[in-house]
Amino acid sequence: MPEQVSLKDSSRSETIELNLGPHHPSTHGVFRAVVQLDGEMVVDIVPHLGYLHRGYEKTCENKTYHNVIPLAERCDYMGASSNSLCYCLTVEKMLDVEVPERAQVIRVIMAELSRIFSHLFWLGTHGHDVGAMTPLFYMLREREEIMNLFELTAGGRLMPNYLRIGGLIRDLEEGFVERVRAFTGHFDRRVDEYETLLTKNAIYMDRTKGIGILPLEDAIALGASGPMVRGSGLAWDIRKSEPYSGYEQYQFDVPVETGCDIYSRYLVRVAEMRQSNRILKQAVDKLPEGPIRASQPGVIFPPQEEIYTKMESLIHHFMLVVEGVKPPAGEYYQVIESPRGEMGCYIVSDGGAKPYRLKWRAPAFVNLETLARMAKGFFFADLIAILSSIDIVLAEVDR
Amino acid sequence: MNQEQIAEKLLDKFGLDVVQTAVTFLDQITVTVAKEKILEVCTFLKEDPELAFNFLSFVAGVDRYPKTPRFEMVYQLSSLTRRHRFRIKALVEESEPGSAIIDSVFSIWPTADWHERETAEMFGITFRNHPDPRKLLLPEEWTCHPLRKDFSLYGTDEDTPDLPHKAGSQGI
Repeated sequence: MPEQVSLKDSSRSETIELNLGPHHPSTHGVFRAVVQLDGEMVVDIVPHLGYLHRGYEKTCENKTYHNVIPLAERCDYMGASSNSLCYCLTVEKMLDVEVPERAQVIRVIMAELSRIFSHLFWLGTHGHDVGAMTPLFYMLREREEIMNLFELTAGGRLMPNYLRIGGLIRDLEEGFVERVRAFTGHFDRRVDEYETLLTKNAIYMDRTKGIGILPLEDAIALGASGPMVRGSGLAWDIRKSEPYSGYEQYQFDVPVETGCDIYSRYLVRVAEMRQSNRILKQAVDKLPEGPIRASQPGVIFPPQEEIYTKMESLIHHFMLVVEGVKPPAGEYYQVIESPRGEMGCYIVSDGGAKPYRLKWRAPAFVNLETLARMAKGFFFADLIAILSSIDIVLAEVDR
Repeated sequence: MNQEQIAEKLLDKFGLDVVQTAVTFLDQITVTVAKEKILEVCTFLKEDPELAFNFLSFVAGVDRYPKTPRFEMVYQLSSLTRRHRFRIKALVEESEPGSAIIDSVFSIWPTADWHERETAEMFGITFRNHPDPRKLLLPEEWTCHPLRKDFSLYGTDEDTPDLPHKAGSQGI
């Protein structure tokens, strides 16, 4: 029998181990970490993943190229359109397909709506993790508007499944552009409201300034990307450094902070929402008329109306459904700037109708590696705030 | 530097004994290097001031079963200072179960820690000198490696005891 410890005697000389999660409000799903504590101070932390594993990559290797798109969206349901964009870009490069201008602009609109959508939910839950409940209600309000936009144009609210290899599944619904304009018109004022709640809030600042320090050198060594590395002082955004989908045509800034702490990461994400709103305004202004899907018989699905009127289109459609596309043998790595950082898709093709190997470079998985580096030496209560500042999506971490 | 220049620089430094093949697909080159020299090559790629590959995007395995050598280890690199990317590979043979071994690059890029652990459990490749070779995603008691090509999509009673097994299934 272990020795009975008096409740009145609070002195301890040894460290204790405490399980954080998997069922804990701040672990955002099923993340578990074994934390070694000296009093309330974190001495060490060992993350244990592996509760959700669905075999995403294995499943992709047993699906045709078109069938992978909805799986990719489920990998990070907070930035679903970013995922399908990354995957579609990779396959389009391998197939040498040129996506029409209108489809590219609409993809940018969907990707930036996804970024705002993701950052909003992060900000709400992050506020909740540090003890502020009001922000979550505010964020859900705007998030609902974006989900309504997704629903209007694609049917799905959380995972629109709207992108296709070569373009989009269908054109925008009537009224979509006007509703995006209305959203972008008032969204900056909404961000002002969020900042009123947190940016100068003394409690929030006390809980986040100087907490969870991640020096730039460590961030790079540990593979951190996105707001994690921009909060540590590096102006690195793939939309600028390796533009895709026409991002070089948009005016926007890359927010950078040098505090290397939770507060810096907060400021970066808030500023990013404003920049995404800026991109959205430009995108709806420049949205050209034209086709929304590349025309490459035998590679890209023909328009639905042609299937009923043209025999060739019917044959191409049938062959694509039955056999799928077959990129030439080779391997390709495509990156995009997802809400969480460098999202990459590496595909090895053997010339067949299914990816021979598909590796998903998930930013949340890699960013989570920084947790131990950031948490050591801080209070256990800070650990919750530090974890939430990474912005993990467990489906992506444990895919 | 562009992809050809990086490949040429590697070839100049290490010669044909180490730099075995360079395959171009679209605008990307994949250079295969000798497995025994992986640490030397990676150290050079990181420390050479013109290359400066300070960011490792990922480490991944590819199973070429039933070809030999069976495995490819893929290292996708990026330089945040020079703003270029590059990919190298090493071929890893498994002559008998458990004999697929390659040096860990953790000492060069600490982010390789989780990538290598994931690859180890998914493909059964051992990383020499890895500081924490525990499983990351799968249950400890599993002896199988799900991303191998000969692993059934449905699992087996022996290897994946906690999965519902589909009787009579031939798997993939």
